[in-house]
Amino acid sequence: MSGYLESQLIILCLATIYAYGIFLPAASGQLNLGAAGFITLGAYASAWFNASTGAELPVWLSVILAMMFTGTIAFVISFPILRTRGVYMVLATFAFAEVVAGIVINVEELGAAAGMPVDAHLDVTVIVPMTILVILFSFYFMSTRLGLALRSIHDDENVATLFGVNVRTAKVVAFTVGAMLMSLGGSLYGHHYNYIEAQTFNVLLSIYILLYVLMGGTQTAWGPLIGAAFFTIVPEALREIAESAGLTWLAEGRFMMFGAFIVLLMVFRPEGVMTRTLQDRLGGGLFRRKKQVLDETAANS
Amino acid sequence: MTVNVLEIAGMHKSFGGLKVIDDVSFDVRKGSRTALIGPNGAGKTTVFNLLTGVYDIDAGSITVEGENITNVPAQDRVTVGMSRSFQNIRLMPHLSTVENVMLGQHARARKLGSLLYPLGMLPRNNWRIAAEEALENAGIGTYPGEVVANLPYGVQKRIEVVRAMVSDPKLLLLDEPAAGLNQVETGQLQELLERVSDQGVTILVVEHDMQFVRDLCDYIVVLNFGRKIFEGTPEEVHRDPAVLEAYLGTDDDTEAANAS
Repeated sequence: MSGYLESQLIILCLATIYAYGIFLPAASGQLNLGAAGFITLGAYASAWFNASTGAELPVWLSVILAMMFTGTIAFVISFPILRTRGVYMVLATFAFAEVVAGIVINVEELGAAAGMPVDAHLDVTVIVPMTILVILFSFYFMSTRLGLALRSIHDDENVATLFGVNVRTAKVVAFTVGAMLMSLGGSLYGHHYNYIEAQTFNVLLSIYILLYVLMGGTQTAWGPLIGAAFFTIVPEALREIAESAGLTWLAEGRFMMFGAFIVLLMVFRPEGVMTRTLQDRLGGGLFRRKKQVLDETAANS
Repeated sequence: MTVNVLEIAGMHKSFGGLKVIDDVSFDVRKGSRTALIGPNGAGKTTVFNLLTGVYDIDAGSITVEGENITNVPAQDRVTVGMSRSFQNIRLMPHLSTVENVMLGQHARARKLGSLLYPLGMLPRNNWRIAAEEALENAGIGTYPGEVVANLPYGVQKRIEVVRAMVSDPKLLLLDEPAAGLNQVETGQLQELLERVSDQGVTILVVEHDMQFVRDLCDYIVVLNFGRKIFEGTPEEVHRDPAVLEAYLGTDDDTEAANAS
């Protein structure tokens, strides 16, 4: 694999992991704009656990401990944050991310504003399997009864309560597990590029990740994968095509076109590219065809 | 000896200064089909919301199967054996029919193992089979995988009953199950409810369709302006002056004539 393709694949993998971290709470209707905060926590925690100036632990243990550390913080802050709803939750999670960045920038042991070098290196052979694992885990998670409860909470919180769903617990679990996935993504980022600084994990990153999820669709576990893939591949692909065809206007204006495309997507697919109905239509279509073939063979025999 | 599945004693509820439920007490006999009727705004749906814990009551007590549930949180009341349907359809629009029914099973599946069981990945698991059977028994087995938003109104109403039934309730609370249904659909609903009742489930139903109430129910409680004004059999209810007054109003001339 060429270096360029490999670097693009890493970006796609990290974006996918981040997106699933935001998707789990989003599936129950919670909008989390604090992705950068959890990614920062994961990246810095695992860098510190692993560093020769820190705890000097093996890299795999550092990544796991970082997830537990981020998970604990997410669990604690989820109680006040989950009292807020809608746009107020967006603001609360955004504020959390800003606080994390503010703290990291002022701690000398973490390199402050100059950033922090990371010791152990993880390459594509670790990151790709981890990404696949995250995707499989998310599909499993959403297929459980807990996942069903989360989707019910998204539709009607009060009715879910009356059928015995502990809404608070379900939301806390989704928020915390999502934060742990983002922590994993942050750790992988740090150990791949071997250098982290708080400014990389800014609000723009949080916005992009939330967009991946909302554009991809929050109703099925396919959404974040489609959203992340679309947002990372299409701008690059447009650039490749434009450059090879010598279209400078396309190469320079591709983000404008991309922006216009997002607006159109929001108009025509307000619930995201992959909705439950679309999934049924795709899956059902295959099933029907198969059944038809079976029926025909039965009729012929 | 008759046993009561539900006992409501001295229930009060005010919203601000407005007394919505004013000292309401009644019992629901085990195995009965009781109707809760009254003019619009009498507080019927509020009674349901108080029973299921949507609101806390100001005073009084609620007892289900001998267990005082007055202070039990809403999410735990369904495990006591009480389940409900809603006046306006409140199925989850983004879930399929069978998933909506599986949500109804939640009360029986609150252990960690059940919560982490991959319902969606295993196509033939016990929970799904049970949900599909419940739909089949209710005569709506043809659309298990369909997203409910696309189904006819009458079918959605019956799915609500099935969803409430799979939590294995002893007491089924139905809020205007026949509202908006045509005659055929009402007939199908009544048949479903009779079958549910034959299984030994007690039914408490709020309904405006009096024909439906007469056909289905064996006991009637009447509310007006948050007070209980009558309880008794369907035969008696038509003769009760307070009920007639609540529904039809008083005739001033008659009153004047009677007084003189």
